[in-house]
Amino acid sequence: MADRITLQVARYRPEENAEGPTFQEYEVPCPKDWVVLDGLNYVKDQLDGTLSYRWSCRMGICGSCGMTVNGEPKLTCATFLADYAPGPVRVEPLRNFPVVRDLVSEIGDFMRKLATVKPWIIRDTDKPLSEGEYRQTPAQLENYKQFSMCINCMLCYAACPVYGLDPKFIGPAAIALAQRYNLDSRDEGAGERLEILSQHEGIWGCTFVGECTKVCPKNVDPAGAIQRYKLHAAVETMKTFFMPRGAR
Amino acid sequence: MRLSYDQSMPLREESVGTMAVIPSHDVLLVGGGGAGLRAAIAIAETNPKLTIAVVSKVYPMRSHTVSAEGGAAAVIRQDDSLDEHAYDTISGGDWLTDQDAVEAFVQEAPQELLRLEHWGCPWSREPDGRIGVRPFGGMKKMRTWFAADKTGFHMLHTLFQTSLKYSKVFRYDEWFVTKLLVDDGRVQGVVAIDLMSGKIETITARAVIVCTGGCGRVFPFTTNASIKNGDGMALAYRAGAPLKDMEFIQYHPTGLPFTGILITEAARAEGGYLVNKDGYRYLQDYNLGTPEPKPVFRSMELGPRDRLSQAFVKEVEKGRTVETPYGPVVHLDLRHLGEKMIESKIPFVRELCLKYQNVDPVTELIPVRPVVHYMMGGVHTDINGATPLAGLYAAGEAACVSINGANRLGSNSLPELLVFGARAGRAAAEYASAQKDASQAVLAQGKDEQSRLDKVFLQKSGRERIAAVRDEMHKTMEESAGIYRTGASLGRAVDTLRGLRDRVAGVTIEDRSRTFNTERVAALELSFMLDVADAIVNTALLREESRGAHQRTDFPARDDQRFLAHSLIHRKPDGSSAVEYLPVTITRWPPAERVYGS
Repeated sequence: MADRITLQVARYRPEENAEGPTFQEYEVPCPKDWVVLDGLNYVKDQLDGTLSYRWSCRMGICGSCGMTVNGEPKLTCATFLADYAPGPVRVEPLRNFPVVRDLVSEIGDFMRKLATVKPWIIRDTDKPLSEGEYRQTPAQLENYKQFSMCINCMLCYAACPVYGLDPKFIGPAAIALAQRYNLDSRDEGAGERLEILSQHEGIWGCTFVGECTKVCPKNVDPAGAIQRYKLHAAVETMKTFFMPRGAR
Repeated sequence: MRLSYDQSMPLREESVGTMAVIPSHDVLLVGGGGAGLRAAIAIAETNPKLTIAVVSKVYPMRSHTVSAEGGAAAVIRQDDSLDEHAYDTISGGDWLTDQDAVEAFVQEAPQELLRLEHWGCPWSREPDGRIGVRPFGGMKKMRTWFAADKTGFHMLHTLFQTSLKYSKVFRYDEWFVTKLLVDDGRVQGVVAIDLMSGKIETITARAVIVCTGGCGRVFPFTTNASIKNGDGMALAYRAGAPLKDMEFIQYHPTGLPFTGILITEAARAEGGYLVNKDGYRYLQDYNLGTPEPKPVFRSMELGPRDRLSQAFVKEVEKGRTVETPYGPVVHLDLRHLGEKMIESKIPFVRELCLKYQNVDPVTELIPVRPVVHYMMGGVHTDINGATPLAGLYAAGEAACVSINGANRLGSNSLPELLVFGARAGRAAAEYASAQKDASQAVLAQGKDEQSRLDKVFLQKSGRERIAAVRDEMHKTMEESAGIYRTGASLGRAVDTLRGLRDRVAGVTIEDRSRTFNTERVAALELSFMLDVADAIVNTALLREESRGAHQRTDFPARDDQRFLAHSLIHRKPDGSSAVEYLPVTITRWPPAERVYGS
C-alpha cells in the first residue's frame, strides 16, 4: 500500500471565489488506521491552516463531519483513507445544502424543519413524576428505537434526489424523527404531527428512491419510516372524512 | 437563513436609525450540551417570561454529552438507598467530595432521570416495562440507568428535541464566546463570534451560566471530542472566578489505542475481564479483590477508574503488557459474554471495535489502555451552581460543585449535569429577575474585545503554527500531569507552559477570511487550554499528597492533615496565579480508608 495519498479538496471562500469552488490538492500520509478526517486534520495542522470544515467526536456519534467523499455522502471520521488507495480522494461539502465555506454547509433548513414536526413527547395529560416511569416493554421500545438512532448528520438529505429538486420537502431525517415519537408508546401527538407531515412537502414528496437508507451510517432506515407513515397517514386522512376528531 | 440567526433577528430589527440594538437576554448559557439544555428548560419552567440564550460553538446536539456511553446513576431499586449511593460516591472520590452536595445529588438524581423518561428518553427496560439498571464501577448496588450503550447520545437528543418546545429559548448555534463581560462586580454578558458570518457581537445578559464541559484536549490522548478545550473554565477564570480541584484528571482505564475511543465501563459491568499479556486478570494483584466468573460490586473490574488506571501503569513496569505501535496495552476480554448479550447490552462497543480497531469482541480480545477522560475540577460553585463572581453560574463538567472529589465514579456525570444544570438554571433565573440592564462600561468592553479579535487575529503574521504550540503543550501535560506525577516534572511543566503562553500570542493565522474561520477559533481555544493547563500543573505541584486520581510518587500517601481541602486557583491581574485551600464539607461520613474487593 502506498504510504501517502492525494486529497482533492473543494475550496470556497465567498469573499474570493465568486465564480464557485476550486479544488486544491494535498498529499497526506495514509496509514491503515487513518480516516479521511485525519487527512484533513493533517492538512489543517501541517500544510494549510486556511482549510475549514467541521468535526468533533471522531467516533461517529456527534454527526458533525459529513462530507462528500468521491461523490458519496460519508461521515469522514468513519471513512478510511486506505479504502481509496491509491487515490486521489475527492472531498467536497455535502450536496443539496448551501455552501458556507470550503467543506462547511448550511444546515439551518433541517434545523427549522425538525422543530416543525414537534419532536418531543406530546400527551393530553402528563403523569406526575411521583407516579414513576411510564411502563414500556422491550418490544414497545423496539418499535421506535431504530428511528431514535438518528444523529442528524445530514447524509440522507445530501443523498435524497427529491430534496435536491424540491427544497420544501421536509426530508428523511425529520420524518424519521417524527415517526420516532409517533411510534413511542408514551406519545399521543401523532394527530398533531399528521397536519405537518401530510402536507405536499411532507411524506407525499418521497418517491421511495431509498437513497437515504443506503447512506445512513446508523441504519435508521428513513425510507422505511416514510413508507410506513404514508400508509398510516392515508388511513388517518380517510378517517377524518368519516369521523369527528374525538372518535379517532 | 439559519434558525439561530433568524430567531435573534427581531431583537435587531427593533433598532431604528443607525444604532444597532445589542442583543440582550435574561439568562445566557455558554454551551448547549446536557447541562446547558437542562438549565435552559429549568429557566423556562421557573419563569416563562425570561428570555434564554443558548450560545454554543456547535449545534447543541453535537455537544460532547453525545459521546457518553455507559449510563446514569440514580437509586431506583427497593434494595438500594440514597445513603449507599452517597457513600459510594464519597469513598470513590477519596473523601474530597462535599457531602452536602453529594446528598442533594443522590436525592435529586432519581427524579431527574425520571423526568428524562417522561420527556421520551429511550431507557433500556426490564421485561415488565420498568426501567432497567446495570452495575457500574465503584457502585455497591445496581443503579445505573442506561439506553443500551449510547446513554449520553439519547439523553442529549431527548433534551435538545424537548428544548424546541420552549419559545423563549433563543439559540445562537455556532457562536464562539471569547470573553465574559464584567462590570460593577457582576457578569453582564459575553462577546461572541458568529462563525458563519464572522461577525463579532456583544450579547448582554442578567446572568450567565457556563456549561462548556471539560478540557480533555489539553492532553494528547483523550476520549474527549475536539471541542473540549476548557473554554468555559478559562472564560470564568479570566473573569475572576476561581477554579477548584483542577489537579484531578480522570484516566478511563479502557480506551482504544491510537484513536482514544472509549470502550465503556459497561463492558466490564456486563462481565468483561481485563487481562494482561499472559491472559491473567491482573487487578487481583492490586488490592482490588479476587477474580470471580461473574462481576462483583466494587471489586476487580468493577473497581474505581483511578485504581484501575494506576494498576495498568504497574503492569507496564512489570513488563506484563502487550507492546503495540501506539504504546503498551492490556486486553479487555468479552468473548465469554456471547454475541447475544453484546448485541443487546453493548452494541456500540462492537460497532466501535469493528470500525476503528478491526476487532470483533465476540471472538477477539480488545486492546485497551488508559486515556484522559474527565475533569473532576472546574469552575468553583456552590450547591446551586453559583460562582463567587456575581451573575456567573456553572454546571456540568465545566463546574466543580463538588460531588466527584478526587475521582468520579462512572455514571455519576450524567445525573450530575441534570441535577446541577437544573439547580443552576433555577438559581440564575431567580437572580436574573432582580437585575438591571447592562451598564455602558460593559458595552465599551465589548467594543475593545471586538478590536482585539480583529486586530490580533486577522491582521498579523506569526512565527509558528498553532499545532506546534499545541503539540508541545500535549507533550508537557502527558509527561508531568499523567497517572503518576512528581514535583520535579510538574515544576518543569510550570515553566514550559509559561513559555507556551507567551508563544501562543505569536502563532500564525494564515486565514484572513471572516467566514467560518476555524483557524482563529483554534488559536483562541489553544489560548484557553494553556490557561487551564497552567491551573492543572500549578495545583498538582502544590498538592503534596496522593489522593484519588492525583498520585505523587514523591508523596505517596494521602495527607488529611494538610490536604483534606479543595484547591482554589485564582488568576491575578498580571496573569500569574494564586492558590488557596477550602475545607471539605463533611456531614455524615468521616474520612476513612477506601476499600475495594472486600
